[in-house]
Amino acid sequence: MASTIDTIYALWLREIKRYLKSKSRVVGSGGQPLIWLALFGVGFGSVFTLAGGASYLTFMAPGIMGMTLLFSSIFSGVNVIWDKQFGFMKEILVAPVSRVGIVLGKIAGSASIAMMNTIIVLIIIVIFGVLPLSHITVPSVVLTLIFMALISFVFISIGLLIASTVNNVEGFQVIINFLVMPLFFLSGAIFPITSKTPIWMQAISVIDPLRYGVDGMRSALLGTGGSVIYLDLAIMFVVAVAFVLVADWAFKRMQAK
Amino acid sequence: MPDSAIAVKGLVKKYGNFTAVDKVSFNVGEGEIFGLLGPNGAGKTTTISVLSTIISLTSGSAAVFGNDVDRNRDAVRSMIGMVFQDPSLDDELTGRENLDLHARFYGVKGEEKKRAIGEVLKLVELGAYADKQVRSYSGGMKRRLEIARGFIHKPRLLFLDEPTIGLDPQTRRKIWDYIKMLNERERLTIIITTHYMEEADELCDRIGIIDHGKIIALNTPEKLKDSLGGDVIRIGTPAPGKLASILKKRKFGMRVKEYGGDAVEITVRDGSALLPRIIALAEKGKIDVEYSTIKRPTLEDVFISLTGKAIREEEGDANTAMMRRFMGRR
Repeated sequence: MASTIDTIYALWLREIKRYLKSKSRVVGSGGQPLIWLALFGVGFGSVFTLAGGASYLTFMAPGIMGMTLLFSSIFSGVNVIWDKQFGFMKEILVAPVSRVGIVLGKIAGSASIAMMNTIIVLIIIVIFGVLPLSHITVPSVVLTLIFMALISFVFISIGLLIASTVNNVEGFQVIINFLVMPLFFLSGAIFPITSKTPIWMQAISVIDPLRYGVDGMRSALLGTGGSVIYLDLAIMFVVAVAFVLVADWAFKRMQAK
Repeated sequence: MPDSAIAVKGLVKKYGNFTAVDKVSFNVGEGEIFGLLGPNGAGKTTTISVLSTIISLTSGSAAVFGNDVDRNRDAVRSMIGMVFQDPSLDDELTGRENLDLHARFYGVKGEEKKRAIGEVLKLVELGAYADKQVRSYSGGMKRRLEIARGFIHKPRLLFLDEPTIGLDPQTRRKIWDYIKMLNERERLTIIITTHYMEEADELCDRIGIIDHGKIIALNTPEKLKDSLGGDVIRIGTPAPGKLASILKKRKFGMRVKEYGGDAVEITVRDGSALLPRIIALAEKGKIDVEYSTIKRPTLEDVFISLTGKAIREEEGDANTAMMRRFMGRR
C-alpha cells in the first residue's frame, strides 16, 4: 500500500510529466496573459489614468498574474473529465490509495503548473520593465508565491467540484466560461473596485475570492495596501481550506456512485 | 475461509429498479482460472466491479481472500490486479511511465520497482516500446501493457474483464499464452469475464454461465459440454428410418433421431470410437452411408440449451446496447 504522501507525489508527478510533454500548453498558457497585457493593457492604459498617476500597466500586472492563475487552475478540472472518459480514473480508484491523497495529488500537480505559468508571466513582466526590479525582494516574492498557491488551490477545487458533477467536456466548458468572466472582471484585476463602483458590483465583488488574491499580490509586489495584506491572506487561507474540503467531498461522492 | 480466493454469497446489485446482478453465489479456489461467460449486459462486469471494490453491492456478501469487499476495501485493493474491459492507460505517458505510476500507487519502490517493471515488460515483450508514448501503441500492445500493469505489484488475484475483446486472432492467442503462463508460473488466481466461447473453453478451469444477472450453470468446461449428453454423430443416408431403427434396437447412444429425411443424428459419449461401429452396422444392414460427421458440443450449445438462444444473437441487440451505455455511466 502506498502512503498518502506517495500518492500525492505520484499524481503530482503525472500532472507535471503530462504538462511538460505538451509544448503547446506551455506556450499557450503563458501567451494569452501576455496578449492581454500587451493589447488591452497598452491600449486601455493610453486613455485611462489612475489616481496618483501610477502606470496602468503596472497596476494591471498583478491582475494578469491573477488571471493566469484563475484560468490555469479552474480549467484543470477538465483533466478529471478526460480521466473519466479515457478510463484512467478507474486505474486510480481501484488502487489501494487514500481518497484524500488522490484529491490532494491532483491539486498539488495542477497548482504547480498554474504557478509555473504565472512565474513565467511575472518574469516577462519584470523583463519588460512593467514592474520595477526594485519591487522584487525576498519578502515580496515569498508573499506573492503564497498568494499564488492559495489562489490556485481555490480555483482548482472549484474546477474539481464542477468536474465531479458533469460527465462531458462541453458541459464543463459551458459552466466554466459562465463563471470565469465575472470572477475575472469583479476581482479588481483590470480595474479597481472602489467606492465609486456601483453598489451591486461591489456587493458581488466581495464574494469573489480572486479579489483578495489579486489585492494581496498587488500589495506584495507594488507595496500598496499596507496591513490589509494580512487580512487578504487570512481570507484566502480560510477560503482555500474550505474549497479543498468541498472538492474532497465532491470527489468521494462521485466515486461512491 | 483463507483457502478460498473468492467467496460470493447471494450477491445483488441494483441500479434503481434494474437488477444487474441477481443473487449470485460462487467460490473460486486459489490458483484457479475462473470464467464468467455470458452475453453483453449479463452482469459479468458488474460482478467483478463489485469484487474489485469499484462499486458497492446492494445486498449479499463477497470476500477476497477472506476480506469483505465492502468493509475492507484497501486490503482487497492491495491484493488484486485489474485489467479493465475499456482502456485505462494514460496515453500521453510512455509505457514505462504508466507502469511506474502504477507501482507508486501500490507502494512498490526503488530497486524492487525497477526490477518489477523490467520483468513485466519482458513478460509481455514490450521492452523495445517501453519509452514510446502509449498513444502510438496498437490495440494489442495496449492490452499487453495493461496486463503487465495489472501484475506489477504481484497481486494474488487478477481480474481480466474481456481481455481479448476487439483483438485479432493472433494477438488473442498471445494474450491467452500470457494468461496461462501467469497462472502456472506464479500460481496466480485469475477471474476472467468473456462472451467468447473459445476463450472460456481454452483458459478456464471452471466456468459460471451468467445470463440476466443470474448464474445458470457452473462447472468445468468438459462437464458443461458433457451435460448435453456427448458428441453428436450425423450419418447421411437415403434410408434414415431403417438405420435409426437398427441403432435404436442395438441401444446405441443416448438419443437417436432422424434428421431432415436424409440423415440420422446419434448422441453418444465418445463419438470417434463409436463412428466406425455405426458405419459397420449400416453396411451389415445394406444401408448406404453418404457422409458422416462428428460434432463435439461447444459451450455455445450449452448456452443455447440453457437459455434457448445463442450468445451472439444479443450482440447487436438495441436493448443490450442501451443497457451497456446505462451501466457504463456508473
